[in-house]
Amino acid sequence: MSIVEFRKVTKTFDTVVVLKEVDLAIEAGEVVVLIGPSGSGKSTLLRCINALEEINGGDLVVDGISVKAGGSKVRLIRQEAGMVFQQFNLFPQMTALENVAFGPRRVRGASRAEALDQAAALLAKVGLADRGHHFPAELSGGQQQRVAIARALAVKPKLMLFDEPTSALDPELRHEVLRVMQSLAEEGMTMIVVTHEMAFARKVGTRLIFMEEGKIAVDGAPAALLADPENLRLREFLQHVN
Amino acid sequence: MEFDWTVIVDALPALLGGARLTILIALAGLVGGLAVGFLAGLMRAYGNALLNGLAFAYIELVRGTPIVVQVMFIYFALPVLADIRVNPMTAAITAIVVNAGAYIAEIVRGSFLSVHKGLREAGLALGLPLWKVLFYIIGPVAFRRMIPPLGNQFIVSLKDTSLFIVIGVGELTRQGQEIMAANFRAVEIWTAVAVLYLIMTGTLTLILRATEKRMRML
Repeated sequence: MSIVEFRKVTKTFDTVVVLKEVDLAIEAGEVVVLIGPSGSGKSTLLRCINALEEINGGDLVVDGISVKAGGSKVRLIRQEAGMVFQQFNLFPQMTALENVAFGPRRVRGASRAEALDQAAALLAKVGLADRGHHFPAELSGGQQQRVAIARALAVKPKLMLFDEPTSALDPELRHEVLRVMQSLAEEGMTMIVVTHEMAFARKVGTRLIFMEEGKIAVDGAPAALLADPENLRLREFLQHVN
Repeated sequence: MEFDWTVIVDALPALLGGARLTILIALAGLVGGLAVGFLAGLMRAYGNALLNGLAFAYIELVRGTPIVVQVMFIYFALPVLADIRVNPMTAAITAIVVNAGAYIAEIVRGSFLSVHKGLREAGLALGLPLWKVLFYIIGPVAFRRMIPPLGNQFIVSLKDTSLFIVIGVGELTRQGQEIMAANFRAVEIWTAVAVLYLIMTGTLTLILRATEKRMRML
């Protein structure tokens, strides 16, 4: 069974149709890179998976649970689908360590000591062992984003959603975030990544999806698609981002 | 005229007794007002149409009428309407709770809604129910932003207790009025009363400033 399955999913904001009867199945272990011009619906598609956006038509099943099941069922989906935001969204009143320990404590009910131990290990994993006691405002953007990745991982999700994780970062800070994402992919994490990082798509992605006007226009292997984009719009798009 | 210090010395025990009552009314009223204000403010910010409407009606009703009318209503009209007898102290404290609650509700609503919506999404995305997101994530950030406007409201409410002279509560202003009526020393008595109010509000300001210093603004 697919870990994420879109069945004719439609999403509208007022009168604007953002997703048009999207069908999409994602298997465990895939690293799906979502690209497309702004307004094509790629971020919305991602945010429907953990029900930050409510779908208006069709059905969307994540790890066997429909996003339409509501309440506690939706919270289960969110625990299985960690999310990393463009703007990091770290909790400003907590240190890096407390940010990472927060999910296990308040979602999984772990003890404070246990959660902090695990948080320290996760911070070390993203290369921030020595930054645990810093507040978000004292960290660089790249460091904040790596803390945010550790925070999402702390809840032990089955898949990770990345919403333009490097778009708010200076170019020289992007690679440290991309490196963490790459090692995550190499460990076998299922990932869905909205990004403009074509090098990442080529190197790490196992599947590339190009969205246009609320629909999936192209879906295939990254290397082949990037080397020889048959779709005219994709070709134009790639010329603009590169 | 000559400023006669002995008048103040003689009046001081009664004035301090009045100040004690003023503090008591303000303190009890503000504790209750905070509770009511948080409830109504959160109803306004996150409640469904019904809860939102109820809180809105309460806030408009209280903000739209003078506090003197409110306390008169509680003390004189409520017994007639609903056969509820209240003593002046209870009426005074209730008036502060009801009145401050409405203003605090707007402060609470504004601070919670001023917190960047990404924090709420990040909390929800971890799989927390909304109330936990509000309690553990948004609340602590919002609380820091509430301190300056809450300070304003505390000081206003403390001074509003002087209006309860109209229902005969023996708070500071009332004490001053009574002493003045007996000895006609307006300058000394009202100076002393004003200074006592300044000491109380000044202390409040210091406490608020210390609280603000201990917390980093976010």
